[in-house]
Amino acid sequence: MKLITAIIKPFKLDDVKTALRGAGVEGMTVSEVRGFGRQGGHTETYRGTEYQIDFVPKVRLEIVVDDGAVDSVTETLAEAARTGKIGDGKIWVTTVESLVRIRTGESGSEAI
Amino acid sequence: MDSGNVAWVLVSAALVLFMTPGLAFFYGGMDRTRNVLNMLMMNFYCLLVVPLVWVIVGYSLAQVPFDNGWIGNFDAAFLKDLAISGDDGGMTLATVAFLGMFAAITPALISGAVADRMKFSAWAIFVPVWSLLVYVPVFKWIYGGWLAERGSIDFAGGTAIHVNAGIAALAAVLVLGKRKGWPHEGHPPHSMPLVMIGTGILWFGWFGFNAGSALAANGQAVQAFMNTFLAAAAAGLAWVLVEWIRDGHPTNLGAASGIVAGLVAVTPAAGYVSGMAPIFIGLIAGVVCCYAVKLKTKAGYDDALDVVGVHFVGGLVGSLLIGFFANPEFFGLTDDGSLKFAEGIFYGGDVSLLLEQALANGAAIVWSLVVTLVIMIVLKKTIGVRVDDEAERTGLDLALHAETAYHGGGLH
Repeated sequence: MKLITAIIKPFKLDDVKTALRGAGVEGMTVSEVRGFGRQGGHTETYRGTEYQIDFVPKVRLEIVVDDGAVDSVTETLAEAARTGKIGDGKIWVTTVESLVRIRTGESGSEAI
Repeated sequence: MDSGNVAWVLVSAALVLFMTPGLAFFYGGMDRTRNVLNMLMMNFYCLLVVPLVWVIVGYSLAQVPFDNGWIGNFDAAFLKDLAISGDDGGMTLATVAFLGMFAAITPALISGAVADRMKFSAWAIFVPVWSLLVYVPVFKWIYGGWLAERGSIDFAGGTAIHVNAGIAALAAVLVLGKRKGWPHEGHPPHSMPLVMIGTGILWFGWFGFNAGSALAANGQAVQAFMNTFLAAAAAGLAWVLVEWIRDGHPTNLGAASGIVAGLVAVTPAAGYVSGMAPIFIGLIAGVVCCYAVKLKTKAGYDDALDVVGVHFVGGLVGSLLIGFFANPEFFGLTDDGSLKFAEGIFYGGDVSLLLEQALANGAAIVWSLVVTLVIMIVLKKTIGVRVDDEAERTGLDLALHAETAYHGGGLH
């Protein structure tokens, strides 16, 4: 089992969700986060003074999938989240040692 | 007794009361998430303590008797002998309430300058002491004292309130010192929608502030109402245009700041100018204040939310412009039929009114600056005026009030 974590542009969340559902993903967790990468931040101007806002709003998605689905899910996600402009975000994949569905006690792939 | 006058003054008093919460939101939105409740509390505290100070001794010292040039006496202390029967019909009591709202919002204006670092205990003492030692005498001089006698004009408090509080704000931050990290560390507003709500409430309330200052439902009140409407619009427009051309974007904060600058500037003039004068006053105040808010970074005083740039400068600009725009038609006539005040330069007058305006503001500035410095220095040497470093870093809401504005947020 793998955990796919993606940082995407907030306005892309709906597109990504729809695409992943279409690709058979049955659940995900999202959180509002802030950060910066190569895009850097942006500037805001208040009463003529410019403020550098380093941490810009992003959305973090977390999805657990079976090993076999990793490539297709990652690809679908990247495609749906891509605008081609700087700041589109990143996707990384890590190994999940164990997984338990709390309601039933099922574990491993059955719990996905 | 004219029931229309009493009704208008009561409605105006309620409108002016609403300005203090409006100011709290205007400032609170510009503050950061961790200090917004402290800002609201500093403002609301003025509504808790100043009304009591006002009726106990403030009003009496500020208004009674009318023939003493420097300070009143205790004849009307504790609201003594303020009849509501007979010819008066409650008009005097209505006026005491109306003026009490002004007394409450004036120290509240200062809160914007001392934001993010002042001890609430120091603020709690500062507000009533400042009201009695600074606001009351300056008010007396201007409305029934030596400055009024000489013939200066301050219709609704441009000098007595905005210049007075604005220069006191400067004195306060000079003693208090800069916020940690200022000006290198940015302190952008945490909630522009809150700022805009506050601005709307201020504008709405300001109709009571200015038109109510006629203390009658008459033509002067109508003129002041129209002037309040136009000056705010013109100043908001001017500020936004300067920003748009200079910085590339028309901003909400620019519109809000311009509106407030225009309201401040038209305050002293509201009952004495007419026609297109409020538009010119607004345009001038909008442009001047838009540049004046930049002074603090150059001069190095940390006036957090620009009380000096907007209220001091705006009030001064409006007050001096009276010397040009004052329209004799709105002046009361003295018994012998001559004008009570000199005419403005654009209405055939010489510079005498302008000089009286300068003198009145100069007197208010010197008194307010010196006495505020003394109050702040005494507080600093006794209970201290500044929170410790940890409280400043973690935020005043939690450190001073044990409250949090936004649960679940907090990266700002």
